[in-house]
Amino acid sequence: MLRLFPLLLFFVMSFNASAAVSETQQSALPALVEQLPNTKLNKMASLIEQIAATSTPQVSDILQPLMDGDLYYLKADKRVVSVFKNQQKQYELMDVLTAEVLPAVGKSAIKKVRTNNRLRSQIRDLLANLDLTSTDADTRITALKQLLDNPNQTGLTAVNKLIKSEKDDDARELMSVILLVDQLETGSTSEKLSAAKQLSDRLEPTVKNALVKELDRISVDSASTSSTSTDTESSSVEVQSAETKELKTVLTNAISSIEQQASVFSLAENLFFGLSLGSVLLLAAIGLAITFGVMGVINMAHGEMMMLGAYTTYVIQQTFPHLIEYSLLMAVPAAFLVSGFVGVLIERGVIRFLKGRPLETLLATFGISLILQQLVRSVFSPLNRQVEAPQWMSGSLEINPILSLTYNRLYIILFSLMVFFSLLMILKNSSLGLHVRAVSQNRDMARALSVKSSWVDAITFGLGSGIAGVAGVALSQLTNVGPNLGQAYIIDSFLVVVFGGVGNLWGTLVAAMTMGTFNKILEPSMGPVLANIIVLVSLVLFIQKRPKGLFPQKGRSAE
Amino acid sequence: MNTLLNSPSVKNITKKMSSLHFVIAILFVSTLYVSVCNLMFAEGSLLHVSDYTVSLLGKYLCYALLALAVDLVWGYCGILSLGHGAFFALGGYAMGMYLMRQIGDRGVYGNPELPDFMVFLNWTELPWYWAGSDNALVMILLVFAGPGLLAFIFGTLAFRSRVSGVYLSIMTQAMTYALLLSFFRNEMGFGGNNGLTDFKEIFGFSLQSPNTKLALFVATAVMLAIGYAISHFIVNSKMGRVVTAIRDSEDRVRFVGYKPQHYKVWIFVVSAMLAGVAGALYVPQVGIINPGEFSPLNSIEIVIWVAIGGRGTLYGALVGAIVVSYAKTRFTAIMPEAWLFGLGGLFVLVTLLLPKGLAGLVTNLMDKIDPPATEKKPSSSDKNDSDKNDFNKSKSDDATLAAENK
Repeated sequence: MLRLFPLLLFFVMSFNASAAVSETQQSALPALVEQLPNTKLNKMASLIEQIAATSTPQVSDILQPLMDGDLYYLKADKRVVSVFKNQQKQYELMDVLTAEVLPAVGKSAIKKVRTNNRLRSQIRDLLANLDLTSTDADTRITALKQLLDNPNQTGLTAVNKLIKSEKDDDARELMSVILLVDQLETGSTSEKLSAAKQLSDRLEPTVKNALVKELDRISVDSASTSSTSTDTESSSVEVQSAETKELKTVLTNAISSIEQQASVFSLAENLFFGLSLGSVLLLAAIGLAITFGVMGVINMAHGEMMMLGAYTTYVIQQTFPHLIEYSLLMAVPAAFLVSGFVGVLIERGVIRFLKGRPLETLLATFGISLILQQLVRSVFSPLNRQVEAPQWMSGSLEINPILSLTYNRLYIILFSLMVFFSLLMILKNSSLGLHVRAVSQNRDMARALSVKSSWVDAITFGLGSGIAGVAGVALSQLTNVGPNLGQAYIIDSFLVVVFGGVGNLWGTLVAAMTMGTFNKILEPSMGPVLANIIVLVSLVLFIQKRPKGLFPQKGRSAE
Repeated sequence: MNTLLNSPSVKNITKKMSSLHFVIAILFVSTLYVSVCNLMFAEGSLLHVSDYTVSLLGKYLCYALLALAVDLVWGYCGILSLGHGAFFALGGYAMGMYLMRQIGDRGVYGNPELPDFMVFLNWTELPWYWAGSDNALVMILLVFAGPGLLAFIFGTLAFRSRVSGVYLSIMTQAMTYALLLSFFRNEMGFGGNNGLTDFKEIFGFSLQSPNTKLALFVATAVMLAIGYAISHFIVNSKMGRVVTAIRDSEDRVRFVGYKPQHYKVWIFVVSAMLAGVAGALYVPQVGIINPGEFSPLNSIEIVIWVAIGGRGTLYGALVGAIVVSYAKTRFTAIMPEAWLFGLGGLFVLVTLLLPKGLAGLVTNLMDKIDPPATEKKPSSSDKNDSDKNDFNKSKSDDATLAAENK
C-alpha cells in the first residue's frame, strides 16, 4: 500500500494538472508547490507571490510553515510537507496540499525548503494580507491592527480595495485609519491636513507616532527652508509655508488632544488597577473584619487561612484535571469548608482559652500560622505551585486601543463585592448574624437570653476563616501559590480593618478601596515599593490622628 | 495588707534585689570560663571552647540583650512591640556603615572612599548620611541615636494619641515592614538586598582573628551586664514603678496625675537604644547585616524569647533568648523542617500553659517547696485560671498603686 501511494498521488496530481489548464487558479497551486524544492532563492519571491495569488485555503498552510522554517520536502519524491518534530526526535509529516499525515521519518529523509530574511518578511506581509480577506471579522480586525503597526504597500492596496465592501463597522474604521496614516505619511500637504484633522481622536499608539513623526519632519523642513528662503522668496513658497504652518498647528492640536485623552484613560486604568488591588485587600480583610472587628480576636493565622484556600484550589485542579473550567466554582465552597473547619479547630483548641487577652492571642495565633506554613511546606513543597486559570478568566475586555481591562481582575472585583454583600446579609438578616452581633455587644446579656456564646464564637471564627479561604481562591488567580502567600497580606489586611474602623464592614470596604487606589495612583510616579511604603507610613500617621479609624463605632457598641 | 504583699510587683522587687547580683555573677563566671577555655586549652582538649562556639555565644548574648530590651517595654510597660527587630537592625546598620568604611581600598573595586556596592551602582560620592561614618565615635553615637530617634518619633506620635494594645503592636509591625521594604531598595544607599558585608576589621583589629572574636564576646557580655544593671535600676526606680503601674492600669495612673505618655516614650526610647546596641554588637560577630533583619518574623521571634523566658522578670528574658536560640541552632542543624513546627508549638503552648514563662515556672516551684508565709492561695491554680494572671486585673492595680503612693 505504501509503495502504491506515490503512484496514486502522481495520478491524482497529473490529473489535477491536466484539468488545471481550463480550470481557475485553484489547480495551479500543486504545480507551483512542486516547483518549491527546485527554485533558486532569487526566483523564490515571484514563486511565493504566485502561490499567494491563487488565494486558496491551502496557501496559509504552505506559507506559514515556510516562514517558520518548518517546510521540508521528501528527498525521495520531492513531496512538499510541513513537519513537526515529536518527542522521539522523529519528524512527523503532513502533506501541505492534501493535509494528509504521512508516517514519521528521520532527519536524513527530508530537506528544508530554503528561505532568507527578505522572503520571510515578504511572506509575513502576504499572510497578514490573506487574513484581511478572511470571512471572520475578528481575524480581519487582528490583521488590520497588524497592518497598522507594520504598514506595507500590498496591504495598503488591498485595504484600499476592500474598504468599500467591508461590512463590519470596527473593521471599516480601522481601514480608514490605516489609509489616513498612509495619507499623512505620503500625501500632499492638503491631504496631510485633512488626515491629521480626522486622526485627532484616534488612540492607537501608531497614529500618535505617525503624527509626532510628521510634526518633527515639518519642523526640520521649515528650519531648513527658513535658512534658505532669503534668496528664493517666491509666492509659491509662501503659500506652501502658510499651509505647512496650518498643518503644524493641526498636528500639534491633534497630538495634544490625543495625549489628553490618553492621560484620562491611563488614569482610568490606574483607577481600575487600584480598585482591583482594593478588592484583593477587601477579600483579604473582610474575614478579618469578622474575627477581629466583630469578635475582637487577633488572628495572625488569617493569612494562612487564605493560603489554605489557595492550596485547596490547587488540590482540586490536581484531582480533576479535565475540569479546569469549573475548578474555581468547585474551589470556592471547598475552600470555605477547609479554612472554616481549620478556623473552628483553632477557636476550640486555642483561642477560647485566651479570651480577653489580646496580646497572648496574637502570639498564639502567630505560632499557629508558623505551624500551618511549615505544614504546607512539608506536604506540598516549599516551592510555588502552579494554579491554572480557566479559559474564561483569561483575556481582556478592550475598551479602546490603550485601555483594556483584564477579565481576571474584573471578575475579582465582582467576586469581592459579592462576598462582601453576602456577608453583610448574613450579619444583618440571619439568626446567626443576630447572635453574633448580640454576643459581640454584650456577651453576658446574650448568654442570659440563652444564646450559646461559645457556639457562636466557634461559628463566627469559622465564618471569618472560611471567607479568608474563599479569598485564597481568588488570590490563587493573581499571585503565586506558595507557603508565604498569606504573610504578604496579613499586615495590609490588619491595616485595612483598623483604617476602616474596627467592627464596621462598610468601613472595611471603603478603606480597602481607598488603600488600593491610593497605592496604584502613586505607583506610576514612584514605583511599587516606595508607593507601598508611603501608603504604610501615611496609614500609620492616620491611625495616630484617628485611632478608631475612618468610621468609628458609636453609641452602645463602642467601647 | 495581704493583697499588697501578694501583688506581683512587690514580690518581684524582693526577688530582683538578689537577681541583679546573681545574673551578673553568672555572666562574669561564664565569660571568664569561656575565655580561659578558649585561650588556655589547646584544640582537642576536653575543656577547649572553639572559636565558633565563642562567636555563637556572643550571638546569643546579643539576642539576650535584645530580649532584655523587649522585656523592658513589654514585661514592665505592657507595650507589645512587634518591631524591635527594626531598632536592632538600625543599630546593626550603624555599625555596618562604620565597618564598611574600614574596608577602605581592600574591597573588590579598590575604591578607598566608596563601599563596593556604591561603586557597583555608579555612585560617585557618599550620600550625606554616610558622612563621618568612618569615625568610631560617630558610629557609637549613631548606634544610640538612630534607634533612639526612631523610637522617640514613633513613640511620641503613638503614645500621645493613646494608641495602645493590639493596635500599637500592629503599627510597630507595620513600621518594621515599611523599613524592610525601604532597605531593600538600592536607592536607600545601604546595599539593598545584599546589605553590608565583607567586613575586614574593627578599631584596627582584624575581624577574622580569634582574639578579636573573643574580645567581641567579652564586650557583649560586659554590655549585657551593663544593660541588665541599667534595666534593673530602671525598673526598681520610682520611674520604673510608675511604668509598671501604667502597664497594670494606664487610666488610673493618668487620673492620679501622671502623664503616662511621657513615661512610655521614655522607656520605649531606652529600650530601642538597648536593642540598637545589641544590633551593633551582633553585626561584627556574624559579619553581615541585611534587610532581612527587619522582617516582622524576626521581631516576633524576640517576643517569643521573652514570653518563654517569662516577661516581667529581667532574668527571664535572658534565659528565654539563650534557650530558644540554642534550641534553634540545634534544631535547624538536625532537622530544619521541624524548627518552625517547634517554634509555632512553643508560641501556642507557652501562651496557653505557661503565661509567666520559665521564670514563672521556677517561681511556682520555689513557692511549692517553700511557701511564703503570706501566700494563702495555692499558686498552682494560677496556671489553670488564666484570668488570675492577667495583668489587667484590677486586684493588682490597687496594690501597685498603693505601693506607688507610699
